[in-house]
Amino acid sequence: MGKRTALYDLHLQSKAKIIDFGGWDMPLHYGSQVNEHHQIRQHTGIFDVSHMTIIDLRGEQVSPFLRYLLANDIAKLKQSGKALYSCMLNHQGGIIDDLIVYYISPQWFRLVVNASTREKDLAWIQQQASPYTLTVTERPELAMLAIQGSQVRQHITSLFPNNTDTIIALGKFFAHIEGDYFIARTGYTGEEGFEVICSAEQAKSLWHTALQSDIKPCGLGARDTLRLEAGMNLYGSDMDENTLPWESALGWTVALQDQNRDFIGKTALLAAKEKGISQRLVGLVLLDKGVLRNHQKVFTSSGEGEITSGSFSPTLAYSIAFARIPAGNEQHCEVEIRNRRLRAKIISPPFVRNGAACIDITT
Amino acid sequence: MNAIPEELKYTQTHEWVRVEGNEVIIGITHHAQELLGDMVYVELPETGSCFSIEEDCAVVESVKAASDIYAPLDGEIIAVNDNLADSPELINQSPYEEGWLIRMKITATEQLDNLLDANTYQDVIASEDSK
Repeated sequence: MGKRTALYDLHLQSKAKIIDFGGWDMPLHYGSQVNEHHQIRQHTGIFDVSHMTIIDLRGEQVSPFLRYLLANDIAKLKQSGKALYSCMLNHQGGIIDDLIVYYISPQWFRLVVNASTREKDLAWIQQQASPYTLTVTERPELAMLAIQGSQVRQHITSLFPNNTDTIIALGKFFAHIEGDYFIARTGYTGEEGFEVICSAEQAKSLWHTALQSDIKPCGLGARDTLRLEAGMNLYGSDMDENTLPWESALGWTVALQDQNRDFIGKTALLAAKEKGISQRLVGLVLLDKGVLRNHQKVFTSSGEGEITSGSFSPTLAYSIAFARIPAGNEQHCEVEIRNRRLRAKIISPPFVRNGAACIDITT
Repeated sequence: MNAIPEELKYTQTHEWVRVEGNEVIIGITHHAQELLGDMVYVELPETGSCFSIEEDCAVVESVKAASDIYAPLDGEIIAVNDNLADSPELINQSPYEEGWLIRMKITATEQLDNLLDANTYQDVIASEDSK
């Protein structure tokens, strides 16, 4: 038996198919992964993502510490509640994890990191924080729900009756905080939505409210195809400790504007850039019939690569993937599936945003 | 629990077999489609091709994963379900009828005796679930 979230029994009530996910017993789907995917693109759904790791950093030196710890620069965060996506790098420039950091006050930031990387992240953060005046506190008692979908804004009144106006006015990538109730306009689906961090009791209540409002429970299966369509990386598949942000389509998250800022991995990154980046992470669309899967071989005129995340896209009704391939400017490649080479088009993700396709495969 | 049709025969690998003289129709069971989830792609063999028992003869792919289909008997493919190319979800919706995969002319009828009956197949599922 794995770890269970506060909502485990509610998942069983909704007939969840439970799988092991990084040591957690989590819902894969509640009947049909594809229907749940469409539910988010066309309506609204709710995910239990309480397995995610929430870490609060508090103290006088939180700000200088995070400017050193993270490759993106938290100095960009000027307003309370504002969020920033960043990589946390090792000294070689490899990615330890990707995360969202929220600026709550000058002496309080919150990190949301992956579940599968919890132990190593906490150990790394604690180790790096030791010279600084601050405390590192994991918040395992808090639950986390993601309410996402093209129609989610219609549900704000019923979901958040006590602060409806505030949530309606909440900007993208901002969080509203009231005590332990934390509502952020963020997500991992490519649709509008909120991620709510709160107590177990509050989460159960919100889950019930959502289901009564015809918001459907959605599992990790749909979450994966949604994020792939939305062009969002998955840690451990699309990038890891041996890949640089620039080899992972995450160069945009590396903040080099402030030349005086040192951060972990910076020296290695600059040296690598000087030498030249030899790989790139791209999107693939399969032009022939079949399904792209992780680890299938990719052939380009610049050499071989590999699919890092591949699946069928329910929205587009053909197969899509991310692949790491040699640097170059090819627009087509071949993928080996069961000893056959199939044709694929190389594109720049996302594939789908806000319910609509953003690629054209006719050219 | 979904009923396992009494008139069909089964394999340990969750194929079903409908015997019609010296021809058989083959598909995957309700239990198999439930494990695999939403079907999105099916790769079927060419008519006229021959397979030996337990040889992989087709591939069904769900959103989650690709899964090989093994020939339950020696034989020659005489027809495939062309509707699956555009509607692989038929396997989920109707695994024993509209979601059939292939029709084979069998060459070793004695192999039919080694297939499982509905009761034995039920036990196979039960022992998997208890693992």
